Formats: sequence, structure tokens, C-alpha cells
Amino acid sequence: MTLLSSLSRDEVGRRLHHGGLRLQTGEFTFRIQSGIPSVAEGISLLYADYPLAPQDQFADFHVSLQSAGGVRRWWRRQVLFDNDGHAPFKPLPLAQAFPMLEWGLNFCVSNRVNGYLIFHAAVVEKGGRTAILPAPSGSGKSTLCAALVSRGGWRLLSDELALVRLDTGELTPLPRPVSLKNASIGIMRGYAPDAVFSREVHDTVKGSVAHMKAPAASVARAREPARPGWIVFPQYQVGTVATLTPVAPAEAFMRLAGNAFNYDLLGAAGFDTLGRLTDAAPAHEFTYSSLDEALALFSRLAAGEL
Amino acid sequence: MKPLPLIVQAFRDPPRIAAFSLAEWDLLLRQAAVANLGAALFYLAEQEGVLAAVPAQARAHLDWSRVRGERHRQAVRFEVREIRRALAGLGLPLILMKGAAYAAAARAPAPGRLFSDIDIMVPKERLGDVEAALMLHGWASGHTDAYDQRYYREWMHELPPMQHIKRQSLIDVHHAILPETAADRPDPHKLRAATVAVGDDEGLRVFAPADMVLHSAVHLFYDGEFGKGLRDLIDIHRLLLEFGREPGFWAALPRRAAELELARPLFYALRYSARLLGTPVPDEVMAGQAGRPPAPLLALMDALFLRALLPMHASCTGRLSGTARFLLYLRGNWLRMPPLLLARHLFHKAFISPRTQQDA
Repeated sequence: MTLLSSLSRDEVGRRLHHGGLRLQTGEFTFRIQSGIPSVAEGISLLYADYPLAPQDQFADFHVSLQSAGGVRRWWRRQVLFDNDGHAPFKPLPLAQAFPMLEWGLNFCVSNRVNGYLIFHAAVVEKGGRTAILPAPSGSGKSTLCAALVSRGGWRLLSDELALVRLDTGELTPLPRPVSLKNASIGIMRGYAPDAVFSREVHDTVKGSVAHMKAPAASVARAREPARPGWIVFPQYQVGTVATLTPVAPAEAFMRLAGNAFNYDLLGAAGFDTLGRLTDAAPAHEFTYSSLDEALALFSRLAAGEL
Repeated sequence: MKPLPLIVQAFRDPPRIAAFSLAEWDLLLRQAAVANLGAALFYLAEQEGVLAAVPAQARAHLDWSRVRGERHRQAVRFEVREIRRALAGLGLPLILMKGAAYAAAARAPAPGRLFSDIDIMVPKERLGDVEAALMLHGWASGHTDAYDQRYYREWMHELPPMQHIKRQSLIDVHHAILPETAADRPDPHKLRAATVAVGDDEGLRVFAPADMVLHSAVHLFYDGEFGKGLRDLIDIHRLLLEFGREPGFWAALPRRAAELELARPLFYALRYSARLLGTPVPDEVMAGQAGRPPAPLLALMDALFLRALLPMHASCTGRLSGTARFLLYLRGNWLRMPPLLLARHLFHKAFISPRTQQDA
């Protein structure tokens, strides 16, 4: 299987510009078109380990990012995300093109893929069992996820979307770059100095944003699902000692349902899947302020000591 | 003529589905998505017994669409029950139109057909009662602008769309099938008098077969927007396939069209359904049609409709598609309102109506 790293930076740019680059991430193939240099740069940097899908065969999603036309060509240039003729978002300043690609790819999956119950959560795995970290933005979910996969020995399944198979209840990987915001960017640069980070983009709706490259080993195992292990609702809180507090399954159920993209759409299948998940994976609140302490506690969780 | 888009080929010749290559599926699914036909494509493949022949990657997309179709079916059933409950005290049957009617009466277009609002028909003199009953049960009109209210109430054939405050479901309450301001005025009494019960349920009714086809034709060929044009043409095609097997249908259809002053939209419906989807229309029906426009007009309409009825996907549009859609948009408005009123309406919409956040 050909990896993107076999293409030169120029070739990546050329394919993105003409005909599109077909990138395999987990079970989904994206055909991405863009003439924007920062998109080519971000993809070359963060997707080097991903397989390329055969040209002109099949892609699950056809997306493009182009500079908006009209007067916008000359004044405050903008970028538009297009999903095969449909533009789900308003244009953003051109400098935000790469983060917009990441948001757009998430949108494609969460909006279309109904073979899974999908909710907003990071998912990491150790010893065949997954820790699911659901959270609204700002709870420290991505920072914790980035720390676990860069230094904690956990495999990255996804930073944004938990995909729970409706038939088996297993979690399907969708390893893509980890999205870091504001202070987390500096924290992770210091905490995982060997990791690869994209250029920081400022003044987005989420503040400053940068993406951390997914570990190559996680990308290589992107077709390998894993069983549910734990549900952990993280909350970064200054000055606290890392603490796990049990959450009743029924409460975890309601909180996950509220975080799900397609719970209503799936009807009974969604209800059953979420019920099986909250039965299989004990849920906890987790407050922390130190990543070292968090990692130690997660190791004990994986070892069955908690 | 260019080969027909894959999505049109699939509905025209369903066994063809088994033969699509993976690369063709790539394009077919994209055309289906933009035409809102993904779920319908799943059920078509299922009815045809060819799901197993669909390549795995494409099959996943069909399965995802099926989820949406299934959920939609449940939601429609539920909403129809709720509407019925709301109108229970009025002594009126609930007459469903279009998508909701196909679903309730299990007509051929129903499987996988997605729609955003439920259309019902009531006598004009009972509009006030119906509106009040729906409001009591949580539906409210979103059009608060005085001009919009007047536009609907004086000139249109329906109340301003009503939306349920909790579930966001939409109802269009019609008293006729064409606006008060249109030149053609099919008599709503005749349509209501001919309605048929759904099963043994006398209180739940849909248009009689010929009227169902005619309403579908009016809706498509009087409208100015063709974003869902192919879906609506497929409705007509499937209704004709289904009803066409019943004795007497083909003889009754043109007669009924003449009676309701709808010969022209019926002509277009039969012509383009046959041209694009291969609908088997009997020769004598096709040839003897009163609604046939003069040759130069027909040539123009062919040029416009055969473009605008294709999905709005890059793979289906040509140099003139945009122009065709624009001209048909003008035509749609023209048919719905006399010129002076139309000019006034467009002027008001352009310069006087307050802009909402979304427009800005």
C-alpha cells in the first residue's frame, strides 16, 4: 500500500490541485482537492503515514477547499469548504484553511455515516480496551488525549469522533491529527517535544489552533477496532489532584446521548448501542491538573488496578 | 444527446444497478446525494434484489441512507397521527398530499422518499378552524412579516407554513393546488370529492389515482425551483407504473386533466417522464394530448426541462444548465402570478421585506 510519504511535497500539491488526492483515514477515503498552499503543507506534514487510495476508483467523500471568488480574491481572502457541490459552512479567512479541512472531514463523517453511533469524544486504546473521553470543547479532552498517545503508550483511535459499531459495539478507529487549542498548544509542545505540530493558526472561532500529528503506529493500526473499556469524562481544573469519581451508567447514558450526532436518527438501534456501551464500560468523572498524574492514573486504569 | 446520468439510468432501468462498476458507484452515490435520492436508491436496489451485487464500499453508503429513510418513515407516521389528533374535533377528514400521501397509502414512490413538510388539504372556508386547531397543538407560523402573511393569505393556495414549536416538524395547509393568482384554477371541490380512503380508514384520505398524478405534475411543472426536480419526476414515473396497471387508468387520466384544466402539466409530466425515465405511456395517450404546446414552445421547453430536471451535480450540468434553471424560475413565478402583481411582489421582496439574519 502506497503511503503519502512516498510523494514529494510538490507532487502532493499537484495532486491536490489537479484531480484530487485520495487519502485513506481509517475506513473512509477522502478525495481532497485544493489549490491552497497551506492545505498542501498541512497534509504533507500531518498525513505522511496515511495510505493513498487508488485514483479514479472510489472515495466516500469528495471535498474541496478553494479560495472564494469575486472581490474576495483581492480583499481579505477567504476559503470555502465544499462537499461535492454542497457548502455546509460559511467561508473562513484563508489562513484558517487547514483547520477548516479538519472540521470539514469531521462533518462529512458525523453527518453521513450511520453505521455507527457517533459522539463527540476522544478515543484511545491500551490492551485491547478503549477509554472514551467525551467532552464539550474546553474540558481538556484533546490535551489529555494528546498526552496519552504521545507519552502514555495509548493508541489513538480518534481525537474527535467516537464511532461505536451498531452490530458489534466495538469502537472503530478514525485516527487523524489531534486538534489543540490556545494554551494546550504550548503545553503539548513542551510535553511531547518529539511530536510533529502544524503551524499555529490564530483568531479562529476556537481561538488559536494547531494540530498534532497522529502517532505512526496508531495510523498503521487504523483498521483494527477495539472493545469498549472505560468512559471517562475529563475536566481540567487548576490545582486539583487527579481524581476518578464513578458515574452511574444511567447518567453516563444521558450525557453521551446529549453528545451524540446521530442518536435521534438511529432510533432504537442508537438506544440499544448506547445501552450496551454504558453497560460494558464503567464511567467516571476525571478531574486533573497535571498530565503526569493523569497518565499515571490511566496506566493503573488499564492495568485493572482501579 | 449525452448519455443519461447514472442516477437516471438506475431508476430508468433498475437491473442496471447490478452492473455498475466501483468507479460508477462513486459517481452514482454523489448524484443520488445531491438529488436527495440516496435512501430511495437503497430501496430500489432492495426491491430489485441486487443489494448483494453492490460493491462493499458503495453498499455501506446505501445502508447509511437506509437509516435516514427508516427514521423518516417513522417520523412521518408519528406526525400524521399528531396532526390527526389536533384536527380531531373539526369533523373533517385528513387529506394528505404528495410525500405524506405516498407514505400513508404505501404508493410506489414512498420507499426512501424524503420530504421536509407534510402537505394537507382542507376546504377554504375551514382554514381558520384548522389553523386555530393546529396552533392549539403547538404549530405556529414562522412568517411574522405582515407582507408575507398577506402574500400567503390573499394570493396563495396555502397558509404560511406552520412549524411545531417542539419537534420542528412543518405542515403546509392547502385549500387548493394552485395559487389564487394563477391563470389555471383546478377546482378544489372536485379534488376533495374524489379522494379515497387509506385502507378502511375513512378519516384519512389521499387524492384519487389520476388526481395524485396530476397534482404531482402541477407541483413539478408549475414550480420554478428544480433542486428536487428529478425526485419529483421519479414520483410521477412510479405512480404511472403503479396506476398504469389498473384497468381504465390511462383512459381516465387525460379526461380528468381536461376537467381540471391541467392538460398542459400532464403533457409535460408524461413527456419528460417517458423521455428521461422510460415510462411506458400508451401511444394513444401520448399522441392525442390536448396539452401539447405549439412546436416552437415545445422545442424551448425540451431544452429547458431536459436540463433542469437532472441533478444539480457537476457531472450532470452543462454550459446552459444555469440559464435553463433561471428561465424556468422566471416561468414558475410568471405562472403563479399575473405580471403586474409579480413585479410588485418581487419589488417588495427585493427592497422592502426586512432581511433576516440568514439572508444577510
